[in-house]
Amino acid sequence: MKGIAILIAFYLAGVALEAWLRLPLPANVTGMILLALALFSGIVKLEWIEKESGLLLRHMGLFFVPAIVGTIAFADMIQSHWMYVIAGVVPGTLLVMAVSGFVTKGLSRKEKNVHDSADVAG
Amino acid sequence: MTLPTWLDNPAFGVGLTLLVYCAAVGFRSKRRGINPLVVTSLFLIVFLSVTGIPYEAYRAGGDWIAYGLGPATVALAVPLYKHAAAIRRMLGPVLLGIIAGSILSLAAVLLLLYIPGSPRELLLSMLTKSVSSPIALEITKRTGGIPELSAVFSVLSGLFGSVAGPAFMRICGIRGDVPLGVGVGTSSHGIGTARVLLDSEWAGGVSGFSMAAAGIATSILMIPVYGWL
Repeated sequence: MKGIAILIAFYLAGVALEAWLRLPLPANVTGMILLALALFSGIVKLEWIEKESGLLLRHMGLFFVPAIVGTIAFADMIQSHWMYVIAGVVPGTLLVMAVSGFVTKGLSRKEKNVHDSADVAG
Repeated sequence: MTLPTWLDNPAFGVGLTLLVYCAAVGFRSKRRGINPLVVTSLFLIVFLSVTGIPYEAYRAGGDWIAYGLGPATVALAVPLYKHAAAIRRMLGPVLLGIIAGSILSLAAVLLLLYIPGSPRELLLSMLTKSVSSPIALEITKRTGGIPELSAVFSVLSGLFGSVAGPAFMRICGIRGDVPLGVGVGTSSHGIGTARVLLDSEWAGGVSGFSMAAAGIATSILMIPVYGWL
């Protein structure tokens, strides 16, 4: 329970910071960055939150369910624009995957041997 | 139309969601291909439409469940922290890969926006398809898209990436745990990460790092985009 309390506290801190500083980052991302900083600086110990965060991450899908159920309302919209949906999701996902993989692979290989950096252009 | 009071109680939506989710997770232990998120959502959609229980009644409890997304996203700091030491050695290439992918993901959808007659609201909700749903929801609240729809696009991209990703990377000749983790984590966030974890814990760790970093990168990259939209 301590872990859950810490996670909620950092989420709340994210919400508060976002509101006060008018941060352009979502509150949950701000909370994530704050918690990462707290972990790296040793303010929060990993073992305080490890079990609970593991549980939340393993079952992250559960928290999406209401949002997905709520999309019944958008079924018509998706249906009438199905071409855009497929065009965005299928090649878009593959392209992002390949390019980020290529860039990482190309750059890390370049550190080891000089040739073969053509991949980087992706 | 009057509803029985127990249907109006948030316990109905919370209980129903947990029950179906637990059943779906149980099924998964028998058949690995099952995605509990997809099974639970589809079952609930069918259940609500068959029984005629209004969405608002379900939502009273659904909102409670959805609240968990905040702390769950914050929890992403843990894999970020845990794998930081291992990733530090390759931090440059890893971060550049994540940033390149995040830019491309936004650029591809922004291009679709320029097609005459393209559905603007739908595409604005698609901008964040490569990041984890809770981050997509928050970003889309600021773009004029439909937050709930952006969560659907995140899930669709995650599912597609987790199904096609590893094979596609092999076909492209991109081998190695680190590029695979970066590619899948950047494009398909948590759902893709769960898939990569099945083959290699190290690749899964990189993927988890990439999904968190891509979430941050996309949130930052969106800052100039808000004004431009």
